[in-house]
Amino acid sequence: MARIVAALACGLIFGVGLAISGMVNPAKVLGFLDFTGRWDPSLALVMAGGLVVYTLAFPLVRRKAKPLLADAFQLPSRRDIDPRLVVGAALFGVGWGLAGFCPGPALTALPFGFHKVYIFVGAMIAGSLAFGLWERFRK
Amino acid sequence: MEIVNFTPIPAFVGGLLIGLSSILLLGLNGRIAGVSGILGGLLPPADSDTTWRLAFILGLVLGGEFFVMWGGDLRAVLIEANTPTLIAAGLLVGFGTRLGSGCTSGHGICGIGRLSPRSIVATVIFVAVAAVTVFVVRHVIGG
Repeated sequence: MARIVAALACGLIFGVGLAISGMVNPAKVLGFLDFTGRWDPSLALVMAGGLVVYTLAFPLVRRKAKPLLADAFQLPSRRDIDPRLVVGAALFGVGWGLAGFCPGPALTALPFGFHKVYIFVGAMIAGSLAFGLWERFRK
Repeated sequence: MEIVNFTPIPAFVGGLLIGLSSILLLGLNGRIAGVSGILGGLLPPADSDTTWRLAFILGLVLGGEFFVMWGGDLRAVLIEANTPTLIAAGLLVGFGTRLGSGCTSGHGICGIGRLSPRSIVATVIFVAVAAVTVFVVRHVIGG
């Protein structure tokens, strides 16, 4: 139960952070990605803020034998650069550049009442489902 | 190049909250705060550990609701893309983030924050490809 409350609280802080940062506004994200036009550097400061906290606190957290509410840390262990990583990141980049939405901000923007957000989130869930199906057929 | 619409303070404060949330999820539950992965684990074939995922996603959505309730300004929010573009973009984001094992949060914050080479490469690729996409849409096709 404590883990569920913790996850809810973390999601909430994350969502409020995204909303305050302005990244829930695709026009601002595209304003950052448009390096050759009129440029809005805000997204770089969002990344900087997130990375300052995470990079400094990560070694302190990792020193603990286990997380406060769970049995073990579940961290990715792979370090190789494989084609799936490269192609996946590139496909994501095309989608991000077309709409200005990545997964977190799109979900946080759901209560804003724009029907375009529902369309994007529906398609994003369909894309994620399609990946699950594709994985199953390949095996 | 001309700098426009720069909002450094809300951007940095929002970023600090995102970092705080991500490190709390690691310190408390031992999990990476990667939105595409957390969402993907809820979809079939779902893994067994879905309740915390649902709680995190619910929190993300509630964060947007709280922002509106506290008087957050939505007047600037602008979604330029039309419906077919949004569908294509959503499919690409959904599929691509799963194939590439992460998005802006999982790779861009948590991955780079623990100096993962995979996440650094993925972040450089998706930012570069997104920038090229915007360039083509706005300055080549859009003229």
